[in-house]
Amino acid sequence: MNHLDPIRHVRGESQYLDDVPEQHGTLYAAVVESPLAHGRLLAVDASAALALPGVVRIILAADIPGTNQIGGIVPDEPLLAEGHVHFRGQPVALVLAESEHAAHAALAHVRVEVEPLPVITDPRVAAAQGELLVPPRTFRIGDSEAAWAGCAHVFEGVAESGGQEHLYIETQGAYAFPTEMGGVRIVSSTQGPTAVQRHTAHVLGLGMHQVEVDVTRLGGGFGGKEDQATPWGALAALGAFLTRRPVKLVLDRMADMRMTGKRHPYSSDFKIGLDADLKIVAYEATFYQNGGAAADLSPAVLERTLFHCTNTYFIPNVTATAYSCRTNLPPNTAFRGFGGPQGMFVIESALACAAERLGVPTTDIQRRNLLREGDLFPYRQPAELCHAGQAWDTAAQRFDLPARRRAVDEFNRTHTRHKQGLAVMPICFGISFTKTAMNQARALVHIYTDGSVGVSTGAVEMGQGVNTKIAQVAARTLGIGLHRIKVESTNTTRVANTSPSAASATADLNGKATELACRALRERILRLASTELSLDYEGMHIENEQVLAAGKPADSTWEKLVSAAYWQRVSLSESAHYATPDLHFDATTNQGYPFAYHVYGTALTTVTVDCLRGTYTVDAVQIAHDFGQSLNPQVDLGQIEGGAVQGIGWMTLEELVYNDEGRLLSNSLNAYKIPDLYSVPPVLDVHFLDTPGHPRAVLRSKAVGEPPLMYGIGAYFALRDAVRAFNPNSTIAFSAPMTPEKVLVNLYPEFVGTGEGAVVARCGLL
Amino acid sequence: MLQFYLNDQLIRTDQPAGSTLLDFVRYHQHLKGTKIGCREGDCGACTVLVGELPAAGDAVVQYQSMTSCLTPLGNAHGKHVVTVEGINAARGTLTPVQQAIVQENGSQCGFCTVGFVMSLTGHALSARPSTPDSVRASIDGNICRCTGYKSLERAAAHLHGQLSARPATEAVRWLADQQFVPAYFAAMPARLQALRDAAAAAATGGSEAPTPPAMPALNPLDAPAAARARILGGGTDLLVQQPERVRATPVELVFDQTHLRGIRREGDVIRLGAATTAQQLLESDVMLAVLPALPRFLKLVSSTPIRQMGTVAGNFINASPIGDLTILFLALGAEIELADAAGQRRTLPLADLYLGYKQLAKTADEQVTEIRFPAPAADSDYFNFEKVSKRTHLDIASVNTAAWLRLEDGVVQAARLSAGGVGPVPMLLPKAAAALVGQPLTQQTLRRAQEAAQQEISPISDVRGTAQYKRLLLRQLLEAHLLELRLLTD
Repeated sequence: MNHLDPIRHVRGESQYLDDVPEQHGTLYAAVVESPLAHGRLLAVDASAALALPGVVRIILAADIPGTNQIGGIVPDEPLLAEGHVHFRGQPVALVLAESEHAAHAALAHVRVEVEPLPVITDPRVAAAQGELLVPPRTFRIGDSEAAWAGCAHVFEGVAESGGQEHLYIETQGAYAFPTEMGGVRIVSSTQGPTAVQRHTAHVLGLGMHQVEVDVTRLGGGFGGKEDQATPWGALAALGAFLTRRPVKLVLDRMADMRMTGKRHPYSSDFKIGLDADLKIVAYEATFYQNGGAAADLSPAVLERTLFHCTNTYFIPNVTATAYSCRTNLPPNTAFRGFGGPQGMFVIESALACAAERLGVPTTDIQRRNLLREGDLFPYRQPAELCHAGQAWDTAAQRFDLPARRRAVDEFNRTHTRHKQGLAVMPICFGISFTKTAMNQARALVHIYTDGSVGVSTGAVEMGQGVNTKIAQVAARTLGIGLHRIKVESTNTTRVANTSPSAASATADLNGKATELACRALRERILRLASTELSLDYEGMHIENEQVLAAGKPADSTWEKLVSAAYWQRVSLSESAHYATPDLHFDATTNQGYPFAYHVYGTALTTVTVDCLRGTYTVDAVQIAHDFGQSLNPQVDLGQIEGGAVQGIGWMTLEELVYNDEGRLLSNSLNAYKIPDLYSVPPVLDVHFLDTPGHPRAVLRSKAVGEPPLMYGIGAYFALRDAVRAFNPNSTIAFSAPMTPEKVLVNLYPEFVGTGEGAVVARCGLL
Repeated sequence: MLQFYLNDQLIRTDQPAGSTLLDFVRYHQHLKGTKIGCREGDCGACTVLVGELPAAGDAVVQYQSMTSCLTPLGNAHGKHVVTVEGINAARGTLTPVQQAIVQENGSQCGFCTVGFVMSLTGHALSARPSTPDSVRASIDGNICRCTGYKSLERAAAHLHGQLSARPATEAVRWLADQQFVPAYFAAMPARLQALRDAAAAAATGGSEAPTPPAMPALNPLDAPAAARARILGGGTDLLVQQPERVRATPVELVFDQTHLRGIRREGDVIRLGAATTAQQLLESDVMLAVLPALPRFLKLVSSTPIRQMGTVAGNFINASPIGDLTILFLALGAEIELADAAGQRRTLPLADLYLGYKQLAKTADEQVTEIRFPAPAADSDYFNFEKVSKRTHLDIASVNTAAWLRLEDGVVQAARLSAGGVGPVPMLLPKAAAALVGQPLTQQTLRRAQEAAQQEISPISDVRGTAQYKRLLLRQLLEAHLLELRLLTD
């Protein structure tokens, strides 16, 4: 069945934040930003701006009635700068005006005086200076140090992956209203309503019960609105609280790009050892994560890098250390994959490094090291219901890997100005919040007396189709038609203490809670029916709105049953709580059982490089993916296709550029390019692997949001393969994205020599 | 006062002509289906259709997709602006475009979706027959960050199938019958004609029918000192760079000035009105006759809606060092005619317009009125355009270059090479061109030209690439010219 929302989307009737009808008396907010990436904040002079027509108030840190702090994991992030500024674009003051134009016009008239301090943009420089956001973490299994001696081959190198701008097409924003009880109600474009609520309460010095947050839907999130919707919600609320007027704050595109964090760039060292049979014996990696100026979600992202540092391979001896480095960039944050892709890029680089040096196909090393049932991950959870081999073999067979390899080789033999490349990218992604406590959710289900049903959960709809899946779970569990179900907006007064919609786990957690609530309701009303109709409760069902007893239609339907329940004073409302069972993780030993299950898959990627111009096309991506028993194949297919293309974007076009002063150069859509219609591979095949799913997945339908992004990593390695076909001696840095510039410079390294843009080989035999 | 139809409704407004159509639609008319994504024409979330009744000929309104964020409100004057609210069928029914997107799951978060709906509806209304390429091209200015392009492609293919049944004449009636558009579309030609007639009647002493209706007079008190009002073409650069200024100051709109439109050949000279759009270049038989590969070149230039908005002269005057059309016309040997407020005219070679970064050899009150270039000869002349950018389509070049060569018996008689992104201005490469003249096109000749080019360029490192990359790229693209033209001999 189809995603339910698009019927409204195509008519332009879906309501996003900026579409909420505006209340009379609304003030419009604009944010004054730090002009420098690091310095002492000497003065903020708003007098000239206040004199402008339409400007009502300018709010500074000193005006905050509660605590000037919005750090989620570490309390290191003020809402408005105080004393120091730590990145360009850091909010310094909030202008409130009678119109949006007046608010924006006032920005240039607020004088922000900053005494500059040294700026760090490179995570390795930060680490060398001890600028860490949190202490480093090390995941260890076996003894890699002792294992090197027994390796037939040992290689080491450096791998770097760039940041990624979320570029949700709907920018960040919030609309806050003062309430009669002295609190605020916030309509927010956030993946984490509870985070907005908690931090706003803190900032305003209120109890959380005085702050209501409501979310209808997002015009894209991708992680960018998990924690980073909070400042805008809190600022709008602060304005509403102080002025007692509604305040609307919507960032324009360039402000959004300047001020918000992105996917973390990483620079990493790797060392890998193999035995004579190409089995991986040992792996060491050191990750330098560019965290930006405050912790935000960086510690959790860092942890997931470590969880996924071996991707889908079994390695008995692993030492992986990660540093979360404080730099003077906007605090980097969640982005689909959440550190996992960065970790996987490094192990794939290590394998490619080894394969290239040994002169064997990378696929030989990849295939023979895939996880098997019961193998331990470095964090000691065993691979259970493991489909790594099945995914690889199915992809290889179904899309004929040997024939593709031959075709690419033949093409390269017969073409001089174009070269093709091929790469295989297997993935394994753990599902659950790695902070175990966050794996809980609640659902509130009301059955109305006419038989229609309203479902509230903590899930936020942002295009991933979670509302459709929740409606399906409710309809299936209650045995009624989908048309009776409405999934309500996500609201902190209906469902409290929610986890953000993140970690691919939203449908699992909130779907399971919905299932529990609906089961309880079903049992309650069927027990009533069994009494009233004198039928045995065991064996009673509702199917297609008909009550069945022992498989035969009983004299009741859904509507009759609901009505009867009301008149018998049986509750038609239920709230259920779900907590993923069996999870535990000890962050001191870095061992435990953090994931409900893992998702597997394998992608084949083929590219063609124009060796005259350095341009390229991604010709085909062919995927075998482990959906389990997909609850909604159409929605899931959209997630796979979209995720893979977003990953290709990260690995190819999307180049985030800051200069040494911490100024964003890729600061608009004309300077930061994301995939368009023509950059999508002409062939994008998705095969649904025949897998049973997992009992911890909602109705055995596995989580699908993040895993496909990592198929995009194959595009980098396929491009590398093609460049090496043109120039076999090429020593290409493991550095993503593989832009047309990097391709061309690697095709003709002699032109650039050792000057700017030079290629530095950092993959060597030890 | 600006007058136009917005969907089924006549609009009369005093909003500034330089304000954006997007703000008018969303914030003055409260039609919230049109979304704001970037305000720079790069995402397509705000796409609307703008229909214009041709000056003469059949009474068929020609609709084009435009990004309303960059459309000056004044450019809507006398036209039919269509937002999603203007095509929605009765509640509970979807148009075939909407249906195809829903059916193929071409909408995820939905924020970009209306833009796709409008672009595809524009395609359905297009006068040209649908092809698999043209239906895809119609959505090449729409970005979907959920990257649901495969499903959108499937929806587009589905639609292309349906449109194969569209008749060549009375297409609007057929489209209304099929519920692509509501029935009121059939009445639009007459409504727009009535608007035009009323304006003509109101115009004083005008015996000719002005098309479109005369623009409202500017208040001279508002005019900046010593200069005519800011001249605004398609808005695709000025409304990106300084929307607040354009909104707040009077503008002189040239987009719909009939005398600034049109492409014609006079003898060996091709003359373009300054307000000619990139799309009009593409549709011009005159242009295609002398530059048959133009569609391939222009596919690399912006997107369908932007090509329908941006003017050739606007591209020149914006003076970007990487203006695609500028590079193309430099190698064609174009010259421009400038007219000042007093009507004084002069002609200037395009290459002489550029003094330094964004510095022009023209006074503030001079306006480009015409562009002329010698028609390349079919038998002896060769022309090619190359562009490399991070993303192949709808992106700004790292380096672009064009080449015009005249050959006789395999020997270059004359040559013009232009290049962008390699200096502060869009430039000719006279030394590199000179290295070709009098030579056969061998590897050795190419090498000499490549080396000469390196001497006359001065690229800088920026977000489009390092200086060294741009040098390498220009070297490669000079070779690409000869390879594309199949002129390189060993």
